[in-house]
Amino acid sequence: MAEALLGPFLEFEFMRRALVGCLALALGAAPIGLFLLLRRMSLMGDAMSHAILPGAALGYLAFGLSLGAMTVGGIVAGVIVALAAGAVARSSILREDASLAAFYLLSLAAGVLIISLRGRNVDLLHVLFGSVLALDDASLLLISAISTMTLFALALLYRPLVLECFDPTFLRGVSRLSPLAHYGFLVLVVLNLVSGFHSLGTLMAVGIMILPAATARLWARRLAPMLALSVAIALASGVLGLLASFHADVPAGPAIVLAAGLAYVGSLGLAPGGLFGPRLFRRAHLES
Amino acid sequence: MLRKQPLAPTEAHAPSAIVFDNLTLGYDRHPAVHHLCGEIGRGALVAVVGPNGAGKSTLLKALTGELAPLQGGFRIAADPRAIAYLPQQSELDRSFPVSVFDMVAMGLWRKLGPFGGIDRIQRALVRETLAAVGLAGVEHRPVGALSGGQLQRARFARLMLQDAELLLLDEPFNGIDSRTTEDLIRLVLDWHAQGRTIVAVLHDLERVRRYFPQCLLVAREALGFGATGEVLTAANLARARELAESFDEYAPVCHRPASTGLA
Repeated sequence: MAEALLGPFLEFEFMRRALVGCLALALGAAPIGLFLLLRRMSLMGDAMSHAILPGAALGYLAFGLSLGAMTVGGIVAGVIVALAAGAVARSSILREDASLAAFYLLSLAAGVLIISLRGRNVDLLHVLFGSVLALDDASLLLISAISTMTLFALALLYRPLVLECFDPTFLRGVSRLSPLAHYGFLVLVVLNLVSGFHSLGTLMAVGIMILPAATARLWARRLAPMLALSVAIALASGVLGLLASFHADVPAGPAIVLAAGLAYVGSLGLAPGGLFGPRLFRRAHLES
Repeated sequence: MLRKQPLAPTEAHAPSAIVFDNLTLGYDRHPAVHHLCGEIGRGALVAVVGPNGAGKSTLLKALTGELAPLQGGFRIAADPRAIAYLPQQSELDRSFPVSVFDMVAMGLWRKLGPFGGIDRIQRALVRETLAAVGLAGVEHRPVGALSGGQLQRARFARLMLQDAELLLLDEPFNGIDSRTTEDLIRLVLDWHAQGRTIVAVLHDLERVRRYFPQCLLVAREALGFGATGEVLTAANLARARELAESFDEYAPVCHRPASTGLA
């Protein structure tokens, strides 16, 4: 048993690298996912990942399979879409979801158009599905750097961000930090999606953000334990997914997201906030 | 159209908290509040009354800086950070996992800022404030578990901790039962006694007559501003109803001179 769990990591360097990548990704992406979820913008992650794809693809077209070019392209495209959507939401009658949908569709269409102009046999599988089992030093550094930045930024922005999600009118009344919290958070979402697409691919990156967050929301009632739990679940899914990928010889990215999905579906059944939990844990009501 | 009677009898010795200077507010060029002039004295307790759509909430929104005037302007004596605003339809997300204590403690934002910790004295102050609004014992419950009245009490507790000079309350007693309303009005009267300036949008004229010394009656323009008894006359109220109903999609451009000869 221990051999099956530890062996792959002790024996193979690429598994250790993948483990480090998953650890870093979990630390950054899971808290961001939880705030997305609490802002009722879970699907925004999905939209943003589409907005990033054209930028990354452009970088790939211009410079080949270069980590730097694809990363910069992805971040630039993502940040432009996020900030434009944020600005439109703050100062027009459109809500954030509508303005984001408009911009990410524009970004996606522009990306597809440019790719079709430059040639058709572009291998975007790497971008779409990631390569957590082939992370090189540069990718590992990038993912770790983004996670470190995310944790620091969240620590700095924590109070304004919580208020921005919970009671934005109040925050605007007492402080000028509301735009910083809002835009800063959007930039963090983009950075973590870019970090996610290196390991899991654009299509899967959102999975490691939202699934652990949704699972944690089902169990915890307070924000701090919820954040800790979401990171723990993301980590556990990473390890489980890597092991499943190793032993069953399946792609790692989907395996990791499916592991997180398993935790989610299981929690839906059992957790106090889930479907059957309230009935399972029903206790006698109190006097007052 | 008739000129309105002079506004706002301000005593010479009381410096004014708010001065309206031909303030016109609205959406899409249609004014919601027309050519408002006058002053609200420091430490005044003013009720803003008028029919639905009269521009009461619009007026408060402008005072918080959320809405730019179409014409004219206003001056507020207080530091912008010493203004507390209780909006009518709160954007507050009740499903967010925040405890009542944490929510109310954020009223101390001016002292805490984005990083400051809450020390023992402040913790005690928050507890006292919660007790003062009748919420002792629920401080560790999530905000989502509160009833509508309890949530309004919590918002009042947060207002108290904000320690503001100028308080803008937009229909603070809407949907609140009479016992809670009486409790909350007592708080408002305490704030008044402490010398804070309070402007509150209200619907219940009975309560306005009983508790609010000054009153501003609006129906897209000021119909009266001064001692409550003199403003809330049957004639004024009838006129307010009439004016509020007369929205004209194709109204001509308003050429009323900047100084309406009011003050």
